[in-house]
Amino acid sequence: MKPTPPPAPRPARPASAPEPLERHTLSVVVDNEAGVLARIVGLFSARGYNIESLTVADISPDHAVSRITIVTEGPRRVIDQIRAQLERLVPVHSVTDLTERGPHVERELALVKVAGTGEKRVEALRLADIFRARPVDTTTSSFIFEVSGSSGKVNQFIELMREVGLVEVARTGVAAMARGRDPA
Amino acid sequence: MPAREMTGAEILVEALVDLGVEVIFGYPGGAVLPIYDVLHRQRRIRHILVRHEQGAVHAAEGYARASGRPGVVLVTSGPGATNAVTGITDALMDSVPIVVITGQVPTHLIGTDAFQECDTVGITRHCSKHNYLVKDVGRLGPVVHEAFHIATTGRPGPVVIDIPKDVQVARARYERPGPVVHRTYRPRIKGDPALVETAVELLASAERPILYTGGGIINSGPLAVRKLRELAQLCGAPVTSTLMGLGAFPASSPQWLGMLGMHGTYEANMAMNRCDVMLALGARFDDRVTGRIDAFSPGSRKIHVDIDPSSFHKTVRVDLAIEGDVGHVLDDMVRIWRARALKPAIAADWWTEIAAWRARDCLAYVQEGPAIEPQHAIRRLWAAVRHRDPIITTEVGQHQMWAAQHFPFEEPNRWLTSGGLGTMGYGLPAAIGAQVAFPDRLVIDIAGEASILMNIQEMGTAAQYRLPVKVFVLNNEYMGMVRQWQDLTYEGRHAESYSASLPDFVKLAEAWGWRGIRIATADELDEGIARMLSHDGPAFVDCRVKKYANCLPMIPSGAAHTEMILKESEIRGELDAEAEALV
Repeated sequence: MKPTPPPAPRPARPASAPEPLERHTLSVVVDNEAGVLARIVGLFSARGYNIESLTVADISPDHAVSRITIVTEGPRRVIDQIRAQLERLVPVHSVTDLTERGPHVERELALVKVAGTGEKRVEALRLADIFRARPVDTTTSSFIFEVSGSSGKVNQFIELMREVGLVEVARTGVAAMARGRDPA
Repeated sequence: MPAREMTGAEILVEALVDLGVEVIFGYPGGAVLPIYDVLHRQRRIRHILVRHEQGAVHAAEGYARASGRPGVVLVTSGPGATNAVTGITDALMDSVPIVVITGQVPTHLIGTDAFQECDTVGITRHCSKHNYLVKDVGRLGPVVHEAFHIATTGRPGPVVIDIPKDVQVARARYERPGPVVHRTYRPRIKGDPALVETAVELLASAERPILYTGGGIINSGPLAVRKLRELAQLCGAPVTSTLMGLGAFPASSPQWLGMLGMHGTYEANMAMNRCDVMLALGARFDDRVTGRIDAFSPGSRKIHVDIDPSSFHKTVRVDLAIEGDVGHVLDDMVRIWRARALKPAIAADWWTEIAAWRARDCLAYVQEGPAIEPQHAIRRLWAAVRHRDPIITTEVGQHQMWAAQHFPFEEPNRWLTSGGLGTMGYGLPAAIGAQVAFPDRLVIDIAGEASILMNIQEMGTAAQYRLPVKVFVLNNEYMGMVRQWQDLTYEGRHAESYSASLPDFVKLAEAWGWRGIRIATADELDEGIARMLSHDGPAFVDCRVKKYANCLPMIPSGAAHTEMILKESEIRGELDAEAEALV
């Protein structure tokens, strides 16, 4: 039998052009054991990967399994490395690149404190209403709003609040899940 | 056997026996006394007392790499554990299956900065394949079995088990578990059949193929070694290997090109550069191998077989990545090749080109006069011992590269060297571990005078157990590789690279009950080696070699395979800042 002819050799790559950065959301299911978060965070710092946000909570009734959602940014080849390196860790059940996999929802929640009186206070409330942000604490001169949505929406809301007396922000980071009925 | 109630220390020893452990390399201390007491009261496991915990880990590595069985280390908490870290990291970098058991302060004292407390699992988390802190004695048995499973399967590596002292004395039932089936850890063994088929077709269609093999072949075991040789014969391709893979393919084969990379042969590096299909087998495209990445084998299709998928595309993008045990993948490749009765398509001029590169004779040296060329010393050593199928260990530096170049191997598990981490002080304890595994074999540590001092205390271990290891030091009174780089990069300014205040090695050897031998001139070489070999105990040879010899050929850091330094005269100069920053 004749072997299939080889694909033509590729030309040498040109001197390295900067690779475009991609933002990916990874869903990592892990055994909920001592040190597992340190393993994951340590892997990112040891290998110089970025973490934009990281959330973790146990997700099974017996507290045996946790889901860690990591938003990271890097060139495509680094993202692939991150996935492979995570999969190598012993307590890791699965790593799903939600960005790669297709449609998914990403949500994050923020608490946003603003202080002010008069017109600024009214404007803050009006903007909060547009963003469906809920006041969860109020004094005569301040609000804490709870806002949730995509990171973009949360960013936008925080930017607007800067102009009406932003004091401080606490964000949860992204929780994410693939669309449709099947688990990721 | 029904479950019996035992102490944690007894469970540990029982589990080790169940796992077939025959030897532990260790050093006692407060936090492991209960385990030592159990070891003292039994005769099934032998304990080798080292002189420093780093030595214990390297000895376990030497034992593992020579025998193919996991090495076991037992050390105490705090400094015992931290001293073991270099060895653990070394085993991670070179994928050596070892299990390191560390004592820990009692659970109620953890986190209080207790005497000899350190965060062992925290410190070793990123230098081990996996680690455990066992707080419940009921978990100890299963954890020990799981640790061995993880250390020895997939890409092998070090696993650390940290056991607090109160867990060692607490009681629980122990029952020998069945085969470990891990919830999440399931290394893939068989390669994807479609990908393997494509790989075979690509290899068969290659006009200028090359096999680039690594330590993975040796780790995978005898099947991989056998199938590599079969496939090489079928496809007729030249074979090169990384430092870690030496011995997997016989150096006497006409298809053998020698080691590749920074101090590899000219023919191996040129063939890697000019090949059209590269089959990488259990190798990881390390920076010592590739040289400048963007100039690495620019015209080739690359096939990469590895059990660790994180090795794929890590430094070099490949065209076909096959996840699986290299032994099984090679077995499948050979089967497909035979079933389809394929014939190699190697171009007529490929071997002609290789012959021309070989004709440069890049490893040539001239021995004249009384001063000994280091290469000559290794060649004479090889000539004297080759028929005895010796196990060779090394330290790290020029002597290591000269040994890799001038001491050819025919079989695997004979060459034990620290590749990834480059740990000076590896060779003597590794030789001790190999000698423990094979008491009747000839084990020689080819060393440098600087490296050997890093774990010189292990001479005491060899003396205590009457291990007849041989240490053959190429003594040039310099940290030779450092000096070579200073010549190459810093116009010969030898900052701190001179080995000042060296001991009289012959007297030092005699102080430990070894035989000490000095070889000062070329005419003493053969006789000195013969005296070393004729001694039935440990022997130390201080072989004085030329002080300023450089290890060539060499690809300077940041250079391409085609930019090898072949001549001594090219070693002078300075590098620009970018090249200087590379290691």
